[in-house]
Amino acid sequence: MRLATRNRLSSGGVLSLPLVWTFLFLFIPYAILFIYSFWEKKFPTFVPAFQFGNYLELMVDPQYVRVLLRTIKIAGLVSLLSLLLAYPYAYFLVHKVKRPGVKLVLYMAVVLPLWVSYLLRAYTWKTILGTQGILNSFLVSTGILSEPSSVFLYNQTAMVVTLTYVFIPFMVMPIYAALEKIPGSLTEASRDLGMSAIQTFVRVTLPLSMPGVIAGFTMTFCLSFGDFIAPFLVGGPDGMMIANVIATQFGAALNWPLGSALALVMLVIVLTIITLSDRLQGVGRGKYA
Amino acid sequence: MSEVIRIENLRKEFGDVIGVADVSLSIERGEYVTLLGPSGCGKSTLLRMIGGFEAPTSGTIWLDGEDVTDLPPNQRAVNMVFQDYALFPHMTVGQNVGYGLRVSGTPRAEIKPRVAETLSLVGLTDKADTSPAELSGGQRQRVALARAIVRHPKVLLLDEPLSALDANLREQMQVELRNLHNKVGLTFIMVTHDQSEALVMSDRVVVMRDGRVSQTGDPVSLYDAPANSYVADFIGATNLFASPVKASNGKIFVSCFGQELEIDHPAVDGVPAAERLFGFRPEKARLVRANGSVPQGNLLKGRLENVLYHGAMIRSVVVVGEGRILVDTLLDDTFDPARHAGTGDEVFVDIDPHKIMPFARDGAS
Ligand SMILES: Nc1ncnc2c1ncn2[C@@H]1O[C@H](COP(=O)(O)OP(=O)(O)OP(=O)(O)O)[C@@H](O)[C@H]1O
Ligand SMILES: [Mg+2]
Repeated sequence: MRLATRNRLSSGGVLSLPLVWTFLFLFIPYAILFIYSFWEKKFPTFVPAFQFGNYLELMVDPQYVRVLLRTIKIAGLVSLLSLLLAYPYAYFLVHKVKRPGVKLVLYMAVVLPLWVSYLLRAYTWKTILGTQGILNSFLVSTGILSEPSSVFLYNQTAMVVTLTYVFIPFMVMPIYAALEKIPGSLTEASRDLGMSAIQTFVRVTLPLSMPGVIAGFTMTFCLSFGDFIAPFLVGGPDGMMIANVIATQFGAALNWPLGSALALVMLVIVLTIITLSDRLQGVGRGKYA
Repeated sequence: MSEVIRIENLRKEFGDVIGVADVSLSIERGEYVTLLGPSGCGKSTLLRMIGGFEAPTSGTIWLDGEDVTDLPPNQRAVNMVFQDYALFPHMTVGQNVGYGLRVSGTPRAEIKPRVAETLSLVGLTDKADTSPAELSGGQRQRVALARAIVRHPKVLLLDEPLSALDANLREQMQVELRNLHNKVGLTFIMVTHDQSEALVMSDRVVVMRDGRVSQTGDPVSLYDAPANSYVADFIGATNLFASPVKASNGKIFVSCFGQELEIDHPAVDGVPAAERLFGFRPEKARLVRANGSVPQGNLLKGRLENVLYHGAMIRSVVVVGEGRILVDTLLDDTFDPARHAGTGDEVFVDIDPHKIMPFARDGAS
């Protein structure tokens, strides 16, 4: 009896800690942002108000819409590129690598970089793509270029490459898990019933690994959607993403209300994507009978 | 009848492990054959080589006169019922059953009726639009069966198809599978490690041991004339004992745990020999109460240690010298419990000299 009470108390304690945490560091900050988003910019700072001017400005001023579209485009490209690289890799790991030791090493090769500081990993690409970088040295030394070129750095391609490198583990992990979970007897049954290896992949493996693809796509998309370091390091003038704009509003521009409105728009977009992905997962999820 | 499968010297090695060691086998069209043996004896490996899921190390598989040894599974006219059923979770029951028809050149209009027909054959007419996850174990089993037979394969392979079912359902499915076999007239090759299942269901049983075929035969001959002590012990129960052979007065005697028994079996040649193995079935022996006097017969004297009730019969465990002898008694109308010995009683085991079977010592033959 006493044990049960203590269990209930301790489980209550265990649960309440993250709740308090979430409330303090997630809910309250968003509530503050929400309130700010109705305030008004009055030079040199801003004053409390209740008006929709900030939201209106976001819709009317084309530069915000442009940045938003660019951010969606870059996040989409990053997710797509990650998918194209991660799926074959995960498939190779699950189905072609027989030795468990080799499998572990190859899996860790993808996951381990997550332990290295994000900034460092993004910075790596600056040293690879820059005029003094590895790529240029290679091209010059092999005579393909006569002098180092600056076309590799400070553009959207550099951003996509960098962000893909940084976030690809989040694509590999769920796809690997999904592929690993498919019982081998299902692909064997498909072959047994007359399907070739390719038909089997299209009709059995791919649909059953969709939950992993959706999860990976959602994570890489949302993570790169909110990124502001890669644009800062390798992005250049046309590489600004929405998070950079928000940072500017809270910094140099000293327009917290507009920044808050932007942040909330971003939150809504991300939440919509997560909800959609959850729905899709529910549709695609087959229980292994 | 004609031969549908011929296996010649089929061998499969996994590194140092020998899964199947030079098996040769011929299977007739329409036969129900089971591969029987303990865990790890290579039954699944043999079946999977026939299905095309394992590449043999050496040897040949002929299917209907065609060498299919190196063909992938999708190019063999055999289908498999997997142990875990392997139903596609993202398809309905109907889609699962129709899956194999989509590639075999069956016109679309024909797929639906064929699926419906096959589903009705296994009693699942109303489940075509259900997801496999919503079915019971027995129903999933039937879907797996339907999916495999809808393509009319030359041979249907079944890897322990009933092992995931509980005892009652299992017995029911044994009968259903057998009926289905009679109805569709396909050749069935089934793997099982359950000897009673093999006896009940098959036309022919292939008993395997350590990757080899130990004996092949119909259930009756396997039971009545096991080729070796391994088969005798694996199929049904057998009282086994080792003994030299002794001839005297034109009769032949063996020693069962220190007591002499007469044996009169055509396979025992009467030449006194070094130690061999002998055995008799528990139900061939008779239990006789001592009652102070020694009854007539070919007798072992012992003490009744235990009586195990099996419903239709009882199994008496008799301690004879160093060993234990099992005697089964049918509980029919002639059985009188009052006259049956109780535990601890002195008893005699009476065994007909014809019913004692000789085996080679090493179990090779
Ligand atoms: N893929 C494999 N890799 C290595 N060894 C294997 C493999 N498959 C089977 N074996 C080995 O081959 C032998 C035969 O295995 P198999 O699965 O055919 O046995 P089985 O008779 O079906 O047993 P069970 O009743 O347990 O299913 C075993 O020793 C097993 O360990
Ligand atoms: Mg097996």
